[in-house]
Amino acid sequence: MADYIYLIPLLPLMGFLLLFTTLGNLPKALVALVGVGSVASSAMLVLLTALEFMTLREPLSTTLYTWINVGGFSPFVSFYVDGLTLTMLSVITGVGLLIHIYSSLFMLDDKDYSRFFSYMNLFVSAMLVLVLADNLLLLFVGWEGVGLCSYLLVGFWHEDSANGAAARKAFIVTRVGDTAMAIGMFLLFVHLGTLDFAPMTAAAISQWPEGSPVLTIACLLLLGGAVGKSAQLPLQTWLPDAMAGPTPVSALIHAATMVTAGVYLIARTHDLFLLSPFALNTVAVIGAATLLMAAFTAITQHDIKRILAYSTISQIGYMFLALGVGAWASSIFHLMTHAFFKALLFLAAGAVIYSLHHEHNIFKMGGLRKKLPVAFWSFLIGSAALAALPFTSGFYSKDAILLSAYENAWQGPLLWGIGLLGALLTSIYSFRLVFIVFFGEVKTEPSKPAGWLMAAPLLVLCLLALVGGFIVVPVMDVFPAATGPAHDGLIAIITPAVPIVGVVIAYLIFLSHSIDISPWTDSKIGKALNRFWFSHWAMDWLYDTFIVKPYAWMADVNRMDIVDWFYNFTADVVRFLHEQTTQSQTGQLRTYAGVMVLGLAAITAIAFFSGGGTAP
Amino acid sequence: MLELGLFYIAATVSLISTVLAVTRYNAAHALIYLIISLLASAIIFYLVGAPFAAVLEVVIYAGAIMVLFVFVIMLLNLGQSGDVAEHVLLRPRMWIIPSLLCVILFVEIVYVLQSSESLLNGVVVGPKEVGLELFGPYVLAVEIASMLLLAGLVGAYHLGRRYFTDVRDVPTAQPLAAVSGDDHE
Amino acid sequence: MNEAIVIPMEHGLLLAGILFLIGLLGVLVRRNIILILMSLEIMLNACGLAFIVAGAHWGVADGQIMFMLILSIAAAEVSVGLGLLLQAHRRFGSLDVDQASRMQG
Repeated sequence: MADYIYLIPLLPLMGFLLLFTTLGNLPKALVALVGVGSVASSAMLVLLTALEFMTLREPLSTTLYTWINVGGFSPFVSFYVDGLTLTMLSVITGVGLLIHIYSSLFMLDDKDYSRFFSYMNLFVSAMLVLVLADNLLLLFVGWEGVGLCSYLLVGFWHEDSANGAAARKAFIVTRVGDTAMAIGMFLLFVHLGTLDFAPMTAAAISQWPEGSPVLTIACLLLLGGAVGKSAQLPLQTWLPDAMAGPTPVSALIHAATMVTAGVYLIARTHDLFLLSPFALNTVAVIGAATLLMAAFTAITQHDIKRILAYSTISQIGYMFLALGVGAWASSIFHLMTHAFFKALLFLAAGAVIYSLHHEHNIFKMGGLRKKLPVAFWSFLIGSAALAALPFTSGFYSKDAILLSAYENAWQGPLLWGIGLLGALLTSIYSFRLVFIVFFGEVKTEPSKPAGWLMAAPLLVLCLLALVGGFIVVPVMDVFPAATGPAHDGLIAIITPAVPIVGVVIAYLIFLSHSIDISPWTDSKIGKALNRFWFSHWAMDWLYDTFIVKPYAWMADVNRMDIVDWFYNFTADVVRFLHEQTTQSQTGQLRTYAGVMVLGLAAITAIAFFSGGGTAP
Repeated sequence: MLELGLFYIAATVSLISTVLAVTRYNAAHALIYLIISLLASAIIFYLVGAPFAAVLEVVIYAGAIMVLFVFVIMLLNLGQSGDVAEHVLLRPRMWIIPSLLCVILFVEIVYVLQSSESLLNGVVVGPKEVGLELFGPYVLAVEIASMLLLAGLVGAYHLGRRYFTDVRDVPTAQPLAAVSGDDHE
Repeated sequence: MNEAIVIPMEHGLLLAGILFLIGLLGVLVRRNIILILMSLEIMLNACGLAFIVAGAHWGVADGQIMFMLILSIAAAEVSVGLGLLLQAHRRFGSLDVDQASRMQG
């Protein structure tokens, strides 16, 4: 049973090894075959696992080997498949496969075709390890693996130094969170003696009362890791810059899968968070704050991929909000639907960019509705799902989150209000994007339309974005049963109505121009606010001023390396003494013998006159 | 008491000839004094009850090893020029510091030895006891000594070859016509 | 003679010490390699004498065995030393040990 689970991450890994070691010497057709084929076979195995899981209706697990065995610490390399993992597996391999197929055409003209697919395969492999791991340490391996792949792929076009800077930023900012997470892991291990999920949870429940400070600290540290990886406040600044990577990378890593790893981590350790209300509330607050900030920012952006990036931050904010209010299943549900429609949006945006020769500015686009019908319909469906218009997939998940937020014991209505405001903004900025790019007059002529290899994944994702809301996420055995939100009549009507209002507003402002917002935007306050939001609440400026610049200043001051002085001083002293003692090496045999005799005389004298005399 | 007298006479001879041995300018003279010193030591060995060691001292030390020195001195064939060169090498004021050091050590030895008074027990340990002991508990030491002698043999053979070229790529300094077959084992 | 003489052990050891010091003095003072080797022989012989005297003090054979080991060391040392001496004479054309001071370090 479940003996083949290890093949799921292994196949993409082998694809990576094959592509990486051949150094791009394979023909492109073969590269595509290996790159896509490995993920496809993984997806098949996931399907098989899903069938087995559905038949047995109990978690599968398989232990490969003992990783290390030191004292009381012996983590296993073992995989564990329950409903949560299965959902993640399906999203990763399913969406991953579609994006791989899409990339095989999108990246065809790139000279590093093979390198691209090797990194993508490595990413899929690491992500699969992350979700399959049944202990925190193995999860951390996958966690760092996806971080590495994110770095490699953001800086994929490394000839441009700006891309390298974006890659470094992504790597370093997430590393801050990862460090926190590692410390949290140490803390948990020190207190609980294990990092395997099931025993760890049991030990935590038996050992700590609710709200114990140590547990709260550990949870907050884990949350730090999740916040870094999932681009939440305050570590969200790396994600918009990460759009420097190729568009399929943005779709797969920075929208659909990797950035949701933080959500997965908290969902996986939800038992710990349940013991710490403070940490749980922090999760909710972070989610709410992030979703609102990112939504405001998205309205002001004009780079198509940055808008989508901020919307990703915002949507993950919703997932955090759901986690924070204990709506675990809704969070994972939103994770899945978000993966569908956000991948769809990114891929459609990629098709637009592809046809317009890497044009990113939405104000240079327009009237693409007729020219690029596939991209248009994909974008429309994706935006509808993103805005949570009724009967799209996003509607079901976001609705569930907002209702759960309203029911939450701690500040429920406030969180609900924030989420609702975010939903309004979401529908405004997503349809602003649709109206500006696809309606109005043509500003740039599209050249090459996307081929069927790009169109087919779009169509599949369209379907998923529309009907994904009817998929039942098999996580009810994983999470504590939530009391179904009681549908307060008014609340249940307001919540789905708000996005429609948003669409109407967007229509009035950006398409029919019935409402002229120029008096507001041209006013002093409007301009300032616009600039403030455009810079994402000046977060980058804050970090630059208070962290990067002081650090650079310190590095500059410390150019001579003050700490090294100490070591150099030691070395200088030794060198000086060495030079002095070298003088005694005259090469004169008799001098050597004389010194030896002097030493002999001294030692004999010391032995006789000090130690009470050994004379017989 | 004749034997006790013999001991002191032999000790005196030994000391005098040793002093003379290290102070001679002529290497051959020094060697003869050294042999005399060794023979005097052999007498002392015999007197304190070690006849076998006395025999070895005469046969091997004074006989074999000293003969090696004689051979080498003959091979080098320094003659009168050696004495002149030795006067350059050995200057009187060079004695000062080493003598001082040796006096210090001498004082230390005297200090150690003066604090005790004990007599030798006067038992003769003959060759038989030595042999039994040598090939009993000390058999490993004998093996090690044999290996040492083998290493010495190989080393001497190697070093004694004539066709060494100089490290500075100059052919062997001078032909030394008199030198022949210098493997002196 | 079946009965060895009875002499104070300290006198034997003192003699060995003095012989050793004379040899040491020779090593320190002489620059002629032959004389240095001879002085080394004197020192070795002095050690042997000390062992013999000490062995006689307890009436055991160990002192003589140590002397024999010293003898073999002396033989090996002299054969190698004299080989080196011949090489040195060929290279430097002199028996002055200070000529070899180029081997610094």
